[in-house]
Amino acid sequence: MSKTMKSVAIVGAVAAAMTAHSATTAEAAGKEKCYGISLAGENDCAAGPGTTCAGTSTVDYQGNAWTLVDAGTCAEIDLPAMADGTPRTGSLEELNRDLPSA
Amino acid sequence: MPPAHWPPSLPGDVMTTTQADFRAALLDPERAVPDGLTDPAGQPTKRRFAVYRNNVTVALIDALRTGFPVLCKLLGDQNFDQLARVFARAHPPTSPLMMHYGAALPAFLDGFEPLARIGYLPDIARLELALRHAYHAADSTPLDAARLGALPPEVLMQTRLHLSPAVQLVHSRWPIHDIWCYNTRAGAQKPRSIAQPVLVTRAKFDPEPHALTPAQAAWIQAIIDGATLENAVDAATAIDANFDLGPLLTLLIQHNALTDITTPKD
Repeated sequence: MSKTMKSVAIVGAVAAAMTAHSATTAEAAGKEKCYGISLAGENDCAAGPGTTCAGTSTVDYQGNAWTLVDAGTCAEIDLPAMADGTPRTGSLEELNRDLPSA
Repeated sequence: MPPAHWPPSLPGDVMTTTQADFRAALLDPERAVPDGLTDPAGQPTKRRFAVYRNNVTVALIDALRTGFPVLCKLLGDQNFDQLARVFARAHPPTSPLMMHYGAALPAFLDGFEPLARIGYLPDIARLELALRHAYHAADSTPLDAARLGALPPEVLMQTRLHLSPAVQLVHSRWPIHDIWCYNTRAGAQKPRSIAQPVLVTRAKFDPEPHALTPAQAAWIQAIIDGATLENAVDAATAIDANFDLGPLLTLLIQHNALTDITTPKD
């Protein structure tokens, strides 16, 4: 590739990247922590061994365990109703329901 | 109150030998229980030591399971535990920071004959380590992309990019991104038969893997090595003449992977 061609390609790439960036900045922040929707042992955490969070939930839909979901969908995720028939929903805050028995 | 001669004073070399023996016996069940271990009643503690030895190994296996969940899923629990036991005894932790434990596993897998026919395992382990390193890497302030856009073409060509400490590059000739996704995400497509280096970024709190082409990986590697934009593009086009920097640069900017630039004047 000639120097001019290369220069054109790099300038073009920078321009394209900046356009794409400004168009999607809003959705870049599109994930949020959703409490109370994870199955036992499947809560998100990438911290690894020696930390306290990886796959540590011990009951399904544990209220203080979270999973990353698309922003705005947390409270709409379909979950089975509680044992007493009241509906169960996810929350952006920690919940007191479905905690493992101490 | 402890006796006046407590703790017992031992010459330094005796102490050293005892600790070395203890450590060696801890990691090798074939070894005899070290001399001089007694219970509170002054009796030899063969079984107590065996229990402790077992607990140490099981705890290390647990740590490896936590650190390499996809590797564990690929091998199955039983096979993984066997591998982890052999590895843990050969490579006990060298740091009290367990979050970094297992750094030697990829190289260990490279030379592990029983699993040699599953060629992608070492690179999957590398990817899982890279995700962990990205998670624990220092925070950084993203580059204002307008600074790049403001540079005249001849300066841009000679500019060097600085990557966030969270950015990790894993080279591979296996489809490790597909394999990782297939084993971690519901509904992911079946792994394709392609070489798939992976770039790990951390836009906010959680690391994210992105599949690269070999040419894109060559570009990132050149940037990591401190090449100018022009030379990095040369490295990529040497692999693929149709290399297009646009999508890769977009990805880097969107995932806060760039932190700074050095122009020739700086």
